Amino acid sequence: MYQPCVPASVQYCLSASYGNEELQNPRMFSIKSLTKPVVFILCLLPLIAGIYSIATNSLVANPVEDLLHLTGEWGLKFLLITLCVTPLQLTFKWLWIAKLRRMLGLYAFFYALLHLIIWVVLEQELDLSAAINEIIEKKYITIGIIALLAMLPLAVTSNRWAIRKLGKKWKPLHRMIYPIAVLVIVHFLWQVRAKDILEPAMHLGFLLVLLIWRFKKIVAG
Amino acid sequence: MPILLKNVQTIRSSEITPEDVFLRRREFLAAAGLALGATTAGMLPGSPARAAVPPLGAVSKWPESTIETQTPEEQATSYNNFYELGTDKGDPKKNAARLITDPWSVEIAGECGKPGKYTLEDILKPHSNEERVYRLRCVEAWSMVIPWAGFPLGDLLKRFEPTGNAKYVQFETLLDPERLPGQQYPVLQWPYVEGLRMDEAMHPLTMMVVGMYGKLLPNQSGAPLRLVVPWKYGFKSIKSIVKISFVEKQPDTSWNLSAPREYGFYSNVNPNVSHPRWSQAKERRLDGESKGLSALFAEKRDTLMFNGYADEVAGLYSDLDLKANF
Ligand code: HEM
Repeated sequence: MYQPCVPASVQYCLSASYGNEELQNPRMFSIKSLTKPVVFILCLLPLIAGIYSIATNSLVANPVEDLLHLTGEWGLKFLLITLCVTPLQLTFKWLWIAKLRRMLGLYAFFYALLHLIIWVVLEQELDLSAAINEIIEKKYITIGIIALLAMLPLAVTSNRWAIRKLGKKWKPLHRMIYPIAVLVIVHFLWQVRAKDILEPAMHLGFLLVLLIWRFKKIVAG
Repeated sequence: MPILLKNVQTIRSSEITPEDVFLRRREFLAAAGLALGATTAGMLPGSPARAAVPPLGAVSKWPESTIETQTPEEQATSYNNFYELGTDKGDPKKNAARLITDPWSVEIAGECGKPGKYTLEDILKPHSNEERVYRLRCVEAWSMVIPWAGFPLGDLLKRFEPTGNAKYVQFETLLDPERLPGQQYPVLQWPYVEGLRMDEAMHPLTMMVVGMYGKLLPNQSGAPLRLVVPWKYGFKSIKSIVKISFVEKQPDTSWNLSAPREYGFYSNVNPNVSHPRWSQAKERRLDGESKGLSALFAEKRDTLMFNGYADEVAGLYSDLDLKANF
């Protein structure tokens, strides 16, 4: 039933036989069932570390900026991490990793949404007309909000019910993650001062590698 | 170390510390000082790294200092824009030990009666230091309140007898990718160049600064000699100055060259002219008033025209369109 949306090898992980295997081998079941909660907590650590350092470190001069940058950067990182899942799975035959994909993608959305909330509440101080003005006036923010809005349908359709409901349409919809990642990197590039482009350029390079990998797969059939 | 002992007889001359590394030994001493948790190297009286930088001496208090809450020293010296020492706010402090300020000299050039190369002592000797607490407004929409120690720039400039052709003053930061490792990356045009119109430079609020918080400037804040122009965005207040030129034409400044639409030559603090990245109407005051998580909810404040120094400086611009000449 997952035929239209995921590569063949992923199906193994999602399929009934995978579950049966777990049931047949109780020891394996307990270790494997830990992966998801452990990764779930790991993904929260950057946020927890950021909040902890603001609460305890008197050297933090501009905590709002720190949180805004932290959530923006991790939003982008999780987009790229999500895009790594299929290559890792196929290259190293890490079949188990596929079941993390949805959570990683949702974390990208979670951090990006927090980024927006921090910006509206702490940076714009809930002055919505000022916020809308900024969104229209500042190109890099316009592009940021477009990226976030584009992530919304992907986040909403990441559940099993939507996967089933959308059928063949699910996969092209979720391929939107590539242009979204490009938008986010442009957003990053445009807020850089002077020619300090090293960080966004590195993210762009990483995305290009993933795109080339994807393109080769498609060409190879 | 036993390995060293074994090889002691076979050391070739090529293995002896090269002279340039030897000459930079103070950098390592300074770094070691930091690692030991001593105050910034050179703050210690008689510390070799600061031999050429004269002490502040008696510092008088300027009566017109602002009485607003001052930014804690540790924040003002750990949240810095000094791209020559790295582009993250924390980089300048981390890389501060790279910048050796001994010996230091300043070249005076251009339209003046007494051009030449002066040692830092010669530059500073005739001036006594005064502490002035100024607001500092960064173009990135944050601000601090900092007690500087220094003297009016005009007093210094007059000593070199600028001619009638001197319409502007141009300043340059040290160019040395070893001591200022950020210059290994073409982030901005190096050396950093800033400039002022002659009347701005001679204005009594414009300061040549050698210290802050009652001590000599730490390297990350632009040691040993920097400019402070309190009614302009912070990037105009150039750090670690090695050259001052009197010129006839408006200088090409580094930020203006990098993005002419964003950073004008004047760059006066002006809440009514929005920057393409940051609205300039408000600012976040970094003064440590609210601590920990509550600092997240500290209210921004309205930015004042000319950073609150309009009474003193607005007259300089009475016939200038400040929107066009941002
Ligand atoms: C929803 C609308 C968005 C708004 C209003 C917004 C706003 C901002 C702002 C104000 C900054 C800081 C700029 C500065 O310091 O000058 C920023 C930086 C950034 N944003 Fe966004 N953003 C949005 C969407 C996104 C999204 C969807 C992502 C990623 C998934 C993202 C990733 C980033 C990154 C990576 C940075 C750079 C952080 C750094 O410099 O360390 N943004 N954004």
